[in-house]
Amino acid sequence: MDIRAGVVETATSPWGQTVPIHIAFYLIWVAAIGGLAFLMVHAIYVQFIAKKQAHVESASPELAAKVPEKVARHSLAARLFHWIMALAMFALLITAFLPKVGYQFPWVTYHWIAGLVLTASIIFHIIHASFWMDFWSIWPDKIDIEDAKRRWLRATGKAAPAPRKFAKYPMENKMYHLTIVLAGLAVILTGVFMMKRVRTPFFTRNPYLFGDMTWGLMYVLHGLAGVGLIALIMVHIYFALRPEKFVITKSMVFGTIPREHYLEHHDPERWAATK
Amino acid sequence: MAIVRDIMPAFELFQPATVDDALRLADKYGKDAWVMAGGLDTFDWLKDRIKRPKVVIDLSQVAELRGVREVSGGLEIGAMTTLTEVVRHPVVREKFSILSTGAEAAASPQIRNQGTIGGNVSQDARCWYYRGGWKCYRAGGNICFADTPTAINREHAILNADRCVAVNPSDSAPALIALEAQMVIRNTHGERVVNAEDYFIGPSIDITRMTVLKPGDLLTAIRIPATWAGAQFYFEKVRDRQVWDFPLMNVASAMVVTGGNIERIRIVVNAAAAHPLRLTAVEDAVRGKPRNAATGEMGGKIAIAGAEPLRYNGYKIPLMRNLVKRAISGVEEAQWT
Repeated sequence: MDIRAGVVETATSPWGQTVPIHIAFYLIWVAAIGGLAFLMVHAIYVQFIAKKQAHVESASPELAAKVPEKVARHSLAARLFHWIMALAMFALLITAFLPKVGYQFPWVTYHWIAGLVLTASIIFHIIHASFWMDFWSIWPDKIDIEDAKRRWLRATGKAAPAPRKFAKYPMENKMYHLTIVLAGLAVILTGVFMMKRVRTPFFTRNPYLFGDMTWGLMYVLHGLAGVGLIALIMVHIYFALRPEKFVITKSMVFGTIPREHYLEHHDPERWAATK
Repeated sequence: MAIVRDIMPAFELFQPATVDDALRLADKYGKDAWVMAGGLDTFDWLKDRIKRPKVVIDLSQVAELRGVREVSGGLEIGAMTTLTEVVRHPVVREKFSILSTGAEAAASPQIRNQGTIGGNVSQDARCWYYRGGWKCYRAGGNICFADTPTAINREHAILNADRCVAVNPSDSAPALIALEAQMVIRNTHGERVVNAEDYFIGPSIDITRMTVLKPGDLLTAIRIPATWAGAQFYFEKVRDRQVWDFPLMNVASAMVVTGGNIERIRIVVNAAAAHPLRLTAVEDAVRGKPRNAATGEMGGKIAIAGAEPLRYNGYKIPLMRNLVKRAISGVEEAQWT
């Protein structure tokens, strides 16, 4: 069975080629149901199966005494970026998918405007993260991988040393960021090129910039990344609302986490606390 | 691309005798069903094998969809009433002559004998790339073949294009909008009534449809209120062949003039965009002004604000300006410029 036939719609080009034109739109529901299923499975796991995490103690009493009452986690610039990006992402998902599930409105202009806001915010974030933030803090390192292995072994009942506390971001956060970077860059890069196919004040419209096959693949990649973002954002919101993670969510509003949370979950050797 | 054949492809044919039966069939078969009125749009699609419905619901046997009835000073026209019946109806000619003029401008006498008012307002776009079977935006694809640097697009849109640049080709639609007509739509869940100007939708709302009708919906009647009965009307259609052609553009206006001043006006053009365009900015600008050449000139200029020509349809901009000018001030007053 050709799996492409199920997830991609094709058409015959004027040259007689069979070319992809976009994803099959039932994938919207696949992503939404998949995201929902993950949330339910995770919630059941945490509630009934998961054991309390044990960590290697890392903070000496002297070091712990130096930790301020509120530990800075997100700068104002980082928080503003996050919420602007979130608004743009919601606008993009709403304008992209509501018309496909039956709520009709003039969506194209709103979609590309939101796309430009997202693009600008991502460019800002790349520059900000590269020069003003600890760039590598969000990328998985060797310790993360070792500790992930330890957690897996312990969760499956095998003997393994206790994992260390996290640096600034837990491994799940880092993996989520990596995934959303891939999906986000895919929609942005393909979306900017797709703007050449519609009327905007920025480009002279030219649907012949690429061949039919290249355009088709671009639409498919845009669609796959787009529906992927439905599930990813559902997961993101779910974790943001979970009680044990809510302190992190609040830090995305107020910028800090409490001292106790920091000492319980983070390793001062890997992430130095500042006010 | 189009494979033109003289024989019909196979499909299951239903010929219901009542609206309820037609609605049940439309509901049962949904997207697989094609609702056929006079058949003049339908047969091209089917013979060319571009549209391949499993089921055709032929409304020709539904008597309750035919005829013109007088209601509260206005009219209710069954959707299956032929264009010829509309054109010849004495009340239409006496009170709402803009509709008889518009309907009479459609196609040829033979086609008007068979074609229906419901079919005329609900017909699909006449873009030949789309009609040729290419998988364009309107056909569910991701390109408009008519809006490329090399496309042949003489008949296409100058206003409100959104990816697709096809136009609405109906001659009766602008007259109905000018008359504040209402479209009665039924499905198995009930009846809804929409204003004629809201019946037509552009590609920004749904690029694959010309009207609000969805699978399962049936346009059953068109109601014309008494509001504009006996007003001053103007309808003009410009086409390549005078005997039988779709409009390059048409204009319809209904106007009440008191003491030489325009008291009330509705003005609509078609074939300028994917849906008939009611020119509310023009209406607002000319209301209260004297009906003369200067007012017409002003209205014409306002009408074309924001027009964007394609490669071969730049002529439509002065055409629209002049048609609107004539529709406001009359042929005698307006100089074609």
